[in-house]
Amino acid sequence: MSARKIGEVILKVEEISLAFGGVQALSNISFDVREHEVRAIIGPNGAGKSSMLNVINGVYHPQKGSVTFKGEKRAQMDPHKVASQGVARTFQNIALFKGMSVLDNLMTGRTLMMKSNLFQQAFYWGAVQREEIKHRERVEEIIDFLEIQSIRKTPVGRLPYGLQKRVELGRALAAEPTLLLLDEPMAGMNVEEKQDMCRFVLDVNEEFGTTIVLIEHDMGVVMDISDRVVVLDYGKKIGDGSPDDVRNNQAVIDAYLGVAH
Amino acid sequence: MFYRENGQYKTSYKADQALFPIVQDRIFIALVMAIAFIVIPMFASEYLFRAILIPFLILALAALGLNLLVGYCGQISLGTGAFMMVGAYAAYNLAIRIPELNLLVVFLLAGFITTIVGMVFGIPSLRIKGLYLAVATLAAQFFMDWLFSRVKWFTNESSSGAVSVPEIQLFGFSWNSPVQKYFLVLGIVAVFALIARNLVRSNIGRSWMATRDMDVAAEIIGIRPMYAKLSAFAVSSFFVGVAGALWGFVHLGSWEPAAFDVNRSFTLIFMVIIGGLGSILGSFLGAAFIIFLPIVLNQIPALFGIPISTATAAHLESMIFGALIIFFLIVEPHGLARLWAIAKEKLRLWPFPH
Amino acid sequence: MGSFIEVVLGGLMAGLLYSLVALGFVLIFKASGVFNFAQGAMVLLAALAFARFSEVMPMPLAFILAALVMVLVAFMIEKLVLRHLVNQEGIILFLATFGITYFIEGAGQLIFGSDIYRIDLGLPKEPKIILESTFDGGILISIEDLVAAAVAGFLVLLLALFFQKTSTGRALRAVADDHQAAQSIGIPLNRIWVIVWSVSGFVALIAGMIWGSKLGVQFSLALVALKAIPVVILGGFTSVPGAILGGLIIGVGEKLAEVYLGPIIGGGIENWFAYALALMFLLFRPEGLFGERHIDRV
Repeated sequence: MSARKIGEVILKVEEISLAFGGVQALSNISFDVREHEVRAIIGPNGAGKSSMLNVINGVYHPQKGSVTFKGEKRAQMDPHKVASQGVARTFQNIALFKGMSVLDNLMTGRTLMMKSNLFQQAFYWGAVQREEIKHRERVEEIIDFLEIQSIRKTPVGRLPYGLQKRVELGRALAAEPTLLLLDEPMAGMNVEEKQDMCRFVLDVNEEFGTTIVLIEHDMGVVMDISDRVVVLDYGKKIGDGSPDDVRNNQAVIDAYLGVAH
Repeated sequence: MFYRENGQYKTSYKADQALFPIVQDRIFIALVMAIAFIVIPMFASEYLFRAILIPFLILALAALGLNLLVGYCGQISLGTGAFMMVGAYAAYNLAIRIPELNLLVVFLLAGFITTIVGMVFGIPSLRIKGLYLAVATLAAQFFMDWLFSRVKWFTNESSSGAVSVPEIQLFGFSWNSPVQKYFLVLGIVAVFALIARNLVRSNIGRSWMATRDMDVAAEIIGIRPMYAKLSAFAVSSFFVGVAGALWGFVHLGSWEPAAFDVNRSFTLIFMVIIGGLGSILGSFLGAAFIIFLPIVLNQIPALFGIPISTATAAHLESMIFGALIIFFLIVEPHGLARLWAIAKEKLRLWPFPH
Repeated sequence: MGSFIEVVLGGLMAGLLYSLVALGFVLIFKASGVFNFAQGAMVLLAALAFARFSEVMPMPLAFILAALVMVLVAFMIEKLVLRHLVNQEGIILFLATFGITYFIEGAGQLIFGSDIYRIDLGLPKEPKIILESTFDGGILISIEDLVAAAVAGFLVLLLALFFQKTSTGRALRAVADDHQAAQSIGIPLNRIWVIVWSVSGFVALIAGMIWGSKLGVQFSLALVALKAIPVVILGGFTSVPGAILGGLIIGVGEKLAEVYLGPIIGGGIENWFAYALALMFLLFRPEGLFGERHIDRV
């Protein structure tokens, strides 16, 4: 549960419909997210959860519906525009830059905040060097926070899965986002790793006030850390409310038990 | 034992991000610089300059440009020869038509012109994925071959596209002896290598590598793939254009379109692969390799008393190139540069086994 | 009008020859997902082998031996190159075929020689004149080219049937889609690849014989591959009929451009026209005429 005071609505998706060819991935989805809260999206596999994040992110453009972020309504937007508004995310299948070190991966997260241009960077010493050091300092704070100091120069491709997920979180945090989208951040982790990850997520929410939208399958985690939950099934919303509300919702129980519906 | 970093700890990020954080590396580079700037000019023969060092440096510059595009940004270009051609002819036209221009300015302007031409061929390819850029650059190659042979304006009305340049005059001095040419090229290449190194460790370099590794993820963290690819193409073309101008003016003296044909393009790709994709050092190693292989192939059989004809040597060269490309792609896609890095790692522990 | 038709017909014939080479490309791409830059080198090698063998033995025997050489080459390529690059990205495989190109070109000329050799398939070299009554002076048609056209057409039919109707064809398509997945359901990757590259080598042999008969067997034959790339782009990387149609369009387009545009901007347009056309296609229809649309999933 969030210790921060939950604020006004910061993100609102209205009547989102998304289809790929003949497949309807999302149908008429509407929900909102309040500032500083931890909002979970749950549902059986194939329910459209990742697609929903992709729509918020600008990777998929819905055929119908709109996304309103920080009061600004938008129908279609490119991912890098969305990023510049303060949205960061992690992926189900890790999307780190395998050819670069942990440090460099985290530094790429700072890209939107780097002001120097190509010509300045060609002649590094001076303004560019100062900027690099400034951002390095911030990134090192995140490295400390995530306890990954010993691997900062390691090429990311060589790290075990759990650490890669942590680095990916680091990269998202490096952008100092207002809204953080996490796609199954605990997938494939053992109990210890999950506890660590939960701790990080909660710390991020409490210390930095970052609003978090998270897709997660582990019900224990969801019930523990989220303020509100949205439930999707077959691209439709079948539940929306506090964890307790959702837990007792018959439609949700049916969906998970696979009762024909 | 010699290469241990023990005792060398960094107390600031500035020190950590220095070009050569390890003291032994710094010594090594200083040595290389000393050899390059002092020892070689004192002792090398004219032949060494003319046939080996100068072409090596210029080709390394072109390979460096190509590596920025292919190795760091993951875009493939099969038309590097054509862009060298543009640089060479652009420089020629500038030098002939505006003789008052400082030669260095001519070279830089030639680079800029090449950048613009490069963008023209590169921009449409941004909408489409990797392999297709290969076609656009290949098209550029054949188009340029044709352009500079047929369109008389570029070649000052020469019938076959052949041109020749006057002696090199720069800052009031004549730079025409092999040693002088060597210094000119060495200076230019050293500056460009430094620029490349700076770009690669800055934000733009990271955005190139991010685009190469996973462009969708790159876009999501705010990197605009379009800008990343275009800037890589632009910088690469600039390097290649200057290299082309140098190749024509300093190395060849007179040339025709065939000097920059499709074989040149492929040779440059080989340099980058064998030397190491995504490595500044690799570009130099690859260029050195390509320069030395034909020489080795010509000399070694003679040493053993087995004469081979030039045709046979050429065929063997082809086979060895081909085999090496495949070898490096399978075993060590990061080429000679990675082998060098591995050797350094082993040196760190030497004489201990692990 | 008559000369226009001549140019078009000439273009169609030349185009079919490109198609023959492009067919080899498409086969390999369709079945292993590799863009085989070495196709031209394979044509050269096959032509060299056939030409030299037929100097010392009757042609049918030479043909069989040359085909065996191509099978051997396919075998070696699989064993020494493809096997070690399973599931690498396309660009690595493409660059590997560069290596194969240079190796085959060098080895082929080392073994079989680098002079210009003749292939005599017994086809009449003089063109025939037809339709003299309809058009002034009649229209020149080359019998050689007609035969090439017939052979190409027949090959296309065979290959199209093979891919659609047989289980091996299905397996090949699975492999092209995803190497590891195909392996995991038990498709024997190694054998498949040897088969595909052999068939492609066989197609290269046919192409080499016809091209060699027309132009003589020499190194420039390997550069034909470069021309076939635009053909494949036009037709779509995975389409056998596309390779034919693409070849025809390029062949005709080139000739028309040379004859009608050439005098205006200067000759030699043939060298790059095909590429310009391919670039247009890439801009507006990147999957070619018959290729498959690619959708990226995040």
